[in-house]
Amino acid sequence: MKQGVNEGLKGDSSTNYQRKFEKVNEIINRLGRSRSALIPILQEVQAEYRYLPEEILTYVATALGLSPASVFGVATFYAQFSLEAKGKYVIKICDGTACHVRGSNPVLEAIKKRVNLTGKKHTTDDLRYTVETVSCLGACGLAPVVMINDKIYGQMTPEAINIILDELEKEDAEDE
Amino acid sequence: MNKQTANQLSQWKKEWRQGFEREKARILVCAGTGCVANGSLEVYAALKQEVVARGEYVTIDVLLEEEGKTGVAVANSGCHGFCEMGPLVRVEPSGVLYTKVKATDAAEIVAALLDDGKPVERILYHHPLTGEVYAKEHEIPFYHHQQRTALKHCGQLDPEDIREYVADGGYEALRKVLTELTPEAVCREIIDSGLRGRGGGGFPTGRKWELTRIEQNAKKYVVCNGDEGDPGAFMDRSLLEGDPHRILEGMAIAGYAIGADEGYIYVRAEYPLAVQRLKTAIKEAEHYGLLGQNILGSGFNFQLKIKEGAGAFVCGEETALIASIEGKRGMPSPKPPFPAQEGLWGKPTLINNVETFANIAEIIVKGADWFSKIGAEKNAGTKTFAITGQVANTGLIEVPLGTTLRKAVFEIGGGIRGGKKFKAVQIGGPSGGCLTEEHLDLPLDFDSLKSVGAMIGSGGLVVMDEGTCMVEVARFFMNFTQNESCGKCVPCREGTKRMLEILQRAVDGEGRPEDVDLIQDLAEAVRDGSLCGLGKTAPNPVLTMLKYFKDEYIAHVVDKKCPAGVCSALKGYQIDPEKCKGCTKCARSCPVQAISGEVKKPFTINQEKCIKCGACVESCPFKAIKEG
Repeated sequence: MKQGVNEGLKGDSSTNYQRKFEKVNEIINRLGRSRSALIPILQEVQAEYRYLPEEILTYVATALGLSPASVFGVATFYAQFSLEAKGKYVIKICDGTACHVRGSNPVLEAIKKRVNLTGKKHTTDDLRYTVETVSCLGACGLAPVVMINDKIYGQMTPEAINIILDELEKEDAEDE
Repeated sequence: MNKQTANQLSQWKKEWRQGFEREKARILVCAGTGCVANGSLEVYAALKQEVVARGEYVTIDVLLEEEGKTGVAVANSGCHGFCEMGPLVRVEPSGVLYTKVKATDAAEIVAALLDDGKPVERILYHHPLTGEVYAKEHEIPFYHHQQRTALKHCGQLDPEDIREYVADGGYEALRKVLTELTPEAVCREIIDSGLRGRGGGGFPTGRKWELTRIEQNAKKYVVCNGDEGDPGAFMDRSLLEGDPHRILEGMAIAGYAIGADEGYIYVRAEYPLAVQRLKTAIKEAEHYGLLGQNILGSGFNFQLKIKEGAGAFVCGEETALIASIEGKRGMPSPKPPFPAQEGLWGKPTLINNVETFANIAEIIVKGADWFSKIGAEKNAGTKTFAITGQVANTGLIEVPLGTTLRKAVFEIGGGIRGGKKFKAVQIGGPSGGCLTEEHLDLPLDFDSLKSVGAMIGSGGLVVMDEGTCMVEVARFFMNFTQNESCGKCVPCREGTKRMLEILQRAVDGEGRPEDVDLIQDLAEAVRDGSLCGLGKTAPNPVLTMLKYFKDEYIAHVVDKKCPAGVCSALKGYQIDPEKCKGCTKCARSCPVQAISGEVKKPFTINQEKCIKCGACVESCPFKAIKEG
């Protein structure tokens, strides 16, 4: 680990420090401090911050009386958890068997090209998009499937996904 | 035993059923994940608005309150299984099924129902090959050959209203075991039914119950395994979304039978709708005293909690799932001790799959004898299969065990899309196995599949046509299992990685002839040297590929060719000199100037320069350029 709790927050004033952990405290108090609450706590923390910040993992470890290593062990074991910040839109391309044989790969390539992601990078620098593949969304009848945040889009093609992303961008522009 | 409370259930049933019977008609809009993605919620809103505008709209609350009131109900249902044709709308009592419905069709649907009674033909199911039109759901070939027992309520009832479930006889089985049967008798009934675990292994369910029941311990648990990780399978999702009370009832019965007062439902995090419906169902069941303390006045307590998974395929393995509920990394541990002896927090624990629990209530109500007569020898009952891939009708089906693969793929599935040739079926997910043309008449049951090196697994059937490269498919599965290997056992952790490398080389055109024996050895070592089901079955796709499609693999590594024309590194394009007119179009379309020749004479492709983009194929007006 690169930073401990205090080091990581050196620059913060004490009010910032409090505010940062207020939400985490609320989650821990609500779900309890037993070991079995660890995964639900991490899930809620991730829902709040869109990822698991390192200092919060150590904080959770202390609160639950666990070693930071065991909390990191859990956080890195499950695919749902991310230790890196995720984008505003998380685009999950299903690469389950049904989607794969019906052409999920060209859809993935089209999305990566569109949002300018290359190599192993999953999130765009402006934190707008995170693109990842998942093994199965269980909507195989609609293969190939793409999920953007919580919404599922079925029978995708490279053209169709571009139209959907056009609309997302348009909505975004209107919001801003 | 407080008889009055046990009788309460029959009173509710009678009262609510009378309410529902006063509905003139009912329009059911599918609200499963697939149909919602295709806009079924908008369709629901439009239909409701239309019925309201006609002054016919009623809900069960109104029907129960106002004696003599009647009208048309509009409700959401769970998944019908025919997801590709969604959004689906079903009209009752006529049984008419509309497919691919849009919000703009609402007025016509309501007019057809209220005015002339003739269904709107445009949105009825049209057979993709024969063009024949089917009005009623049960007449459509996709449904006609099915026998829906576990999926009975899916697509028929509103999963978010417990009154529909109870009016249809729901919780009757729980009442029966609490008032008439001893825990031992319940286990006996399940043993006699011949029900085997629907999660893949096929272990006799009743035996598992009995083994947990006889453990002496004040605290025991029931766990429902809804960590449906096999890509290409979605029966658990459909059941949890479409008929959550059936699962709760099955679990409560199991709790009574083994002596547990607490249960967990472990659901994949990728299924938010299932989680939400379960939460609603648990709340409703608790409200009516069908879960919680002193259920139906019997003194039996049973509490249910939901655990959301966090994304790990290996957690479908029962010991890994237990570790995950306990808040640890989801890694399997050696058996014995079995969960029945030492499971969750070291207490005796019964773990069954979602579909297994879905079968319990029917067995209790209709009897073990009824159930044991369905299906095949030693393979009682029906099984759901998710049929997907290159097949005409994709969706969720339920057939008696022992139904042939041919019937599932060709009669229910409607055959291969686009008139192509059948090549293979991957059954039971990435670690299942591959079935080929020679297996088309094989009965789909636990034992027949095992005899050919495959397994039912969760019941995913991914159909592949002649255009599929089996080496690439094996690579795809190996990539999946390699990613999902938890890392505990070295043969699985390292072996899957090396197998993936060998397969990757093959599809990249860098395979070596000695790889054929190497990968076979490695596959056997991983199979024999791993602790849990994931590692033991991870080499299955490789082994079945080598068994049935060895020629294809040899073509990749020795001849450097992909017979299916899928692997782009092995693709090459040739110009047919007979057909080429020397029009120069291909040379101009080539992005790397790999094509040259004299005008009006056959052109040639420089294979060294060619990047296999395929642009020339599209540009040629004479279809003179072919892969090969």
